[in-house]
Amino acid sequence: MLDVDKIKNDFPMFKNHPELVYLDNGATTFKPSCVIEMIKKYYESSSVNVERGDYLLSHEVSSAYEKARNTVAKFINARKDEEIVFTSGATDSLNMVAYGLIDKLNKDDVILLTYAEHASNILCWFDVAKRKGCKIDYIDLEPNGRMRLDTLIDKLNFYGNKTKVVSIAHISNVLGYKQDIKEIAKIVHQYGALLVVDGAQSVPHIKTDVQMLDIDFLAFSGHKMCGPTGIGILYGKYDLLDQLHPMRYGGGANSRFDINGNIILQITPHKFEAGTPNIAGALGLAAAIDYLNDIGMDNIEAYEQELKAYMIEKLSKLENIHIYNADTTSGIVAFNAIDVFAQDAGSYLSTKNICVRSGNHCAKILHNLIKTDQTCRASLYFYNTKADIDKFVAECANLNIENCINIFF
Amino acid sequence: MTNMLKDPAVLRELIMDHYKYPRNHELVEDDSYDSRHMASDSCIDDITVQSKIEDGIIKDIRFDGVACTICTASTSIMTELLKGKSIDEANVIIENYFNMMNEKTYDEDILEEAIAMMNVHRQANRIKCATIGWKAIKEMIDRK
Repeated sequence: MLDVDKIKNDFPMFKNHPELVYLDNGATTFKPSCVIEMIKKYYESSSVNVERGDYLLSHEVSSAYEKARNTVAKFINARKDEEIVFTSGATDSLNMVAYGLIDKLNKDDVILLTYAEHASNILCWFDVAKRKGCKIDYIDLEPNGRMRLDTLIDKLNFYGNKTKVVSIAHISNVLGYKQDIKEIAKIVHQYGALLVVDGAQSVPHIKTDVQMLDIDFLAFSGHKMCGPTGIGILYGKYDLLDQLHPMRYGGGANSRFDINGNIILQITPHKFEAGTPNIAGALGLAAAIDYLNDIGMDNIEAYEQELKAYMIEKLSKLENIHIYNADTTSGIVAFNAIDVFAQDAGSYLSTKNICVRSGNHCAKILHNLIKTDQTCRASLYFYNTKADIDKFVAECANLNIENCINIFF
Repeated sequence: MTNMLKDPAVLRELIMDHYKYPRNHELVEDDSYDSRHMASDSCIDDITVQSKIEDGIIKDIRFDGVACTICTASTSIMTELLKGKSIDEANVIIENYFNMMNEKTYDEDILEEAIAMMNVHRQANRIKCATIGWKAIKEMIDRK
């Protein structure tokens, strides 16, 4: 099992905020010293650009940048490094897929989503659909967030070969249900559609094997997995990735061009990385992956499940708390205090040094499913402890309107 | 201001009362009303404020929506406070209210019940909740 006390020591945020109970890991995560040191090392000792063949330092940095790509590829079991594109985050990655497919989408084609998707896996598809005259439809979910495979099949049958894309979160950011991606991929591929997976809430928490799951495109962010902000990954099966239309053009993405507009693009994945890349971010992300690998993704998943079960057990004893997703296994707990608006609850907990997220968590259409406009979300990571949960639950017991107003006096 | 409005227990009760029983809390379908939908990503309050401003007088203000205690109470208080006021009077009250939010000097007396929001700046992330209703009426006044 994990030595969480030792792990907490790896994170300067806990040294600087020893009182903090941080339960907003779905939003972003703290960074261990090794990640911070890696970024510092780059800026202090090898702060030059990549792909400048003229001097040794650049060669070394280029090698480290490509090694970081290899670290990511191995982490998700990609077939080869060239299936990994560095982006600015999951949002960027999803936009790159949506706009990258724009030439392949035609009028009346269908894009299937679910009601539980994050804004970043909806809005780009809305825009692409509008531009190309495509239809957006939604696959039904059970109340716990599980995708109903029968309605997926019904929709695919109904639209026939018009369905071009199915884009869904592996683990949804509000209810935390882990979809059976392998089974979904099998069905989606039988109908000739592409499966795009938003891994923002899954890759940091569970072992992800893109070959075993047979994912066509996978998007995730570095900062939600102990890495720096501003770096993320787009994985794509090489041939599919290679066919995407690049959204951005510039230095580093082309080999040659002339004044008549003839461009020879770099090969994939470099053609998607125009401009000086986030070098420090890529190196920092690789350091974060090394750190996660040292702990072990299986250990992380098992420990988070244990924490989640503990939190549900304690929280469900409180009569003033309604839990929306007690039976999902990921470390996300969606809840409300009876008669207390989520933002009031979040502010009250904040005065007790407890960080949760209140809101509709960007999944603005989800309320059709759980019949509420807003929830509080406590999201765990492997550095949380049962003591964190005890403190959180003790304050949840105090959540009522009077206490939430008292914080202003 | 009256001594009563200096008592935290009274101010707490005011917020509670306006939250549980918001005033002017129903929208009308009437073309003579201006309307502002106030919502943002960083704040989950989602309200619509309507106003009827004629001859330099705020004849009516109404609001509805889904919002937290502070947003609901501050907007409810605002509707009562500004209804019937001239635009000039309203602008002075609004200016003092925003001064209170921004920890600048303000006239306690003319804010009346809105003084209940005097400590919102202590939870700086909630200033938005306490001001979106007020921003809505300010926008509508400025358009006149």
